[in-house]
Amino acid sequence: MNNELLRYIASRFAQLMLIVFVAVSINFIIPRLLPGDPVQTALARLQSTGGAQNLDIQAISASYRARYGLDAPLWQQYINYWSDLFTLDLGVSFANFPEQVSTMIGNALPWSVGLLTLATLIAFVTGSLLGARLAWPRSGPVIKSVVPLMMILTSIPFYLLAIILVYLFAVVLKWLPPAGGVDTTRIMRLDWATTEDVLRHALLPCLAIVLGNIGFWALGMRSQMVSVLGEDYITFAEAKGLHPRRIFIWYGMRNALLAQVTALALSLGSVVSGAVLVEVIFNYPGLGSLLYVAIRGQDYFVIQGVVLMLIVSLAVLLFIVDLLYPLLDPRIRR
Amino acid sequence: MATRTSSDPVLVVDKLSVHYQTSKGPAKAVNEVSFSLRPGERLGLIGESGSGKTTMGTALMRLTRPPGRIVSGSIMLDGRDLMTLSAGELREARLRDIALIPQGAMSALNPVMRLEEQMIDAIIAHRPGMRRAELVARVVELLRNVGLAPEVARRYPHELSGGMKQRAAMAIATSLSPKVIIADEPTSALDVVVQRQVMQTLGRLQDGLGAAVVLIGHDMGLIAQFADTVGVMYAGRLVEIGPVRQMIKSPKHPYTKLLVDSLPGIEVKQALTGIPGLPPPLVDLPPGCSFNPRCPFAFDRCRRETPLLLDAGPDQFAACHLYPEHSTLPPIPARVYQEALP
Amino acid sequence: MNGFLRALQRNYQQGRISGLLILGLGILIAIVLFGAIGPMFVDAVNAQVGAVRPRMPPGPDYPLGTDSQGRDMWALLIYATPNTLRMGLIAGFIGVGFGTALGLIAGQFGGIVDAVIRVISDALLTVPAIAILVIIAGNIDRMSTVVMALVVASLGWMFTTRTVRAQVLTIREKAYIEVARVNGESQWEILFREIMPNLMPYIIASFVGTVSGSILAVIGLEALGLGALDEMTLGNTIYWSQQSSAVLRGYWWWWGPPIVVIALIFIGLFLTSVGFDRFANPKLARQ
Repeated sequence: MNNELLRYIASRFAQLMLIVFVAVSINFIIPRLLPGDPVQTALARLQSTGGAQNLDIQAISASYRARYGLDAPLWQQYINYWSDLFTLDLGVSFANFPEQVSTMIGNALPWSVGLLTLATLIAFVTGSLLGARLAWPRSGPVIKSVVPLMMILTSIPFYLLAIILVYLFAVVLKWLPPAGGVDTTRIMRLDWATTEDVLRHALLPCLAIVLGNIGFWALGMRSQMVSVLGEDYITFAEAKGLHPRRIFIWYGMRNALLAQVTALALSLGSVVSGAVLVEVIFNYPGLGSLLYVAIRGQDYFVIQGVVLMLIVSLAVLLFIVDLLYPLLDPRIRR
Repeated sequence: MATRTSSDPVLVVDKLSVHYQTSKGPAKAVNEVSFSLRPGERLGLIGESGSGKTTMGTALMRLTRPPGRIVSGSIMLDGRDLMTLSAGELREARLRDIALIPQGAMSALNPVMRLEEQMIDAIIAHRPGMRRAELVARVVELLRNVGLAPEVARRYPHELSGGMKQRAAMAIATSLSPKVIIADEPTSALDVVVQRQVMQTLGRLQDGLGAAVVLIGHDMGLIAQFADTVGVMYAGRLVEIGPVRQMIKSPKHPYTKLLVDSLPGIEVKQALTGIPGLPPPLVDLPPGCSFNPRCPFAFDRCRRETPLLLDAGPDQFAACHLYPEHSTLPPIPARVYQEALP
Repeated sequence: MNGFLRALQRNYQQGRISGLLILGLGILIAIVLFGAIGPMFVDAVNAQVGAVRPRMPPGPDYPLGTDSQGRDMWALLIYATPNTLRMGLIAGFIGVGFGTALGLIAGQFGGIVDAVIRVISDALLTVPAIAILVIIAGNIDRMSTVVMALVVASLGWMFTTRTVRAQVLTIREKAYIEVARVNGESQWEILFREIMPNLMPYIIASFVGTVSGSILAVIGLEALGLGALDEMTLGNTIYWSQQSSAVLRGYWWWWGPPIVVIALIFIGLFLTSVGFDRFANPKLARQ
């Protein structure tokens, strides 16, 4: 630990805070920029679509106006908004009144984080390994023929892959469940049967995300490897009489990995965007499905809460990747 | 290892040709080059950029990469032809018998590995049984030999200055006391003061090891200070080779003469001159002698027939049709220097 | 014209025009033609709700079958494809235009303006676009394809800004800019006469990328049900097929063809951008 590293961590932390601040502010401002009172509008829309007959709209609306001080000046509202966030009060769901939005998000978050982390790690590791293999000078035509497939996979949005996967493996072949996070009858316990059930349900959504991302990592790694293998230190390593495998891994892949991790940090946003839709396709009980149901049900505070959660958790993930990066690149550790 | 006194050559290169495959046909970067090197000898290979000298250096290690390919010739190192070795034997020979100090020493070190690991890496590839403590001690010794402090071992390349990196590369190249060291423009990116120090270190190392050195460069002054023998390359061919003093005093090939004349004189203030014209494209060499379009003496035969490297003086060989009819090079017409002025 | 053809031929021989570029552009042109010529043969009426018998598998009458709301999928596809492409193009033009302007300003003027633009665009780049777009789209009362394009364009400029800014900074250091400055050209003259022409390859590359990203975002928002649900687009078709559980019920002709067309659009754009890279940067082609 020294000054430069501390400064690096501080600047990354500042960026994390900035993203959270911008996200919260956007979340606060955009609904208020539009004419009318957001709660009133949302409730009215909800009523018109017939989603909330059993609610006393006027009562809820009035209670919200009082609680959030929607008649107060904007800056007052903004301060209230922040203080509610700090107490994890994200409001109440209209559709599942009076359930707290923070509870709903708390239930959905582990599913999303688990699925996304697992799928991204698998895609990153296998894609990078495959990409490195593609750059290996003596790779045969069989391996090289993977390249067009990878190009196709990277270009198709992966929630569309998800649809195809559901149809193939759940509808036609009936090997795997088409939707959900566990069997509807399952009582969640920490035992093998539950674990197996969870994994069986996670397999297809995971596969969709992995297939959708693997090409990106493979092609990225391949082009990184091609440029790294042209570096002077590779020639010098050869001149040292090292075994080609050692050169490839410790001089080649080790350096190509740096750009891959940077790309990981930059691409997490689009991975999350795609994963939201994959969850919708599979009706997976994570944030994506929660968001989808909330959009369809005009469940105003749930939408707000999920969006905020997505942005904040992504910013945290990014922060973690940024913290790990100096372990890989000594030039930042200095 | 004791200095070898035997005058049997340690390196014999015979008709070595390296071609680059291009869409317009093969570029003949090294064209039937032959020379030999005795133990402890310092050969300077000089040429303009694009003359094939760097290609030559990598080819001597058999490190030529596609689209480049060694198309013919042999490289006899201590009686063994490198061209016939298997991949495994070749790996063993590299660094142990023939080592490279690379051109881009600034970027020749792996940026994510400590210097110590990169040095140990090299040694252990050839001495698999060596213990860690011995390796570390060896690293310290090697660093001392090139004038670096032991604590430099724990540093990463970005924490070293240009001169330190170049020394580190020399420490690695000499770690197994090779018989031949190929130094490819080892000082190209350094400032003049550091350049001198690095060249002195290289000379000291070479004396200590008794290794033969091939120093590749474009700076006649630098090479003249270091080498015993100078070889001049032009458009992929070795056009003249001989003892350094003799080459400067009485160059035989017109190209060598122009190179020597382009040296800034210290005593006599003279206008800096270059050589008029440009080297020919390697994919499309002129018929006959490649230098004929720029040569002030070119005559018919030069445009028809490629000259061979022949005796042109004691220990001096030149590939020029002026010899053996002439004994010295006629004076170069003044207009050539005029044209070369910027 | 002859000169143009000869330039084309020369570039092809130099390996600058790769098979990838030709294939990518070919796919895109085919899709555009499909949307342009199709309506001359197929009546829009069949693409309306209740126009034909619902839930028919592909057959002689309906080459791609019908959906459960009684729309001819073939007709729907012909009218939906250009709508989706148009949203991508509009968003691409606006995003790249805005992004270029900001990048030029940031690169040319530097200082605090540059810092603000850079911090905001970097922050927005790392945020999951869909989250912000959901908030914006969800708060718009009357959605249409044009409004959708605008919504998506609001987050489609950062990449262009980054690229253009970096290039302006690089080009500004070049010797010919120094010469222009010494010759007394003004800031604006330098910007438009010297810098802009050198930016074109980067702007074109950004445009392809932005169109692709915009279509991706549009289809994503539509699949979430945030699109103009009464208009014919590829994303809405996916949404309605999801709404009717078309996957589970085995109506593959409902979601299959739009997926194929979407995939072709993305593959075409991807190949074009890879091919264009090699065109603009011939060193890559040689590797």
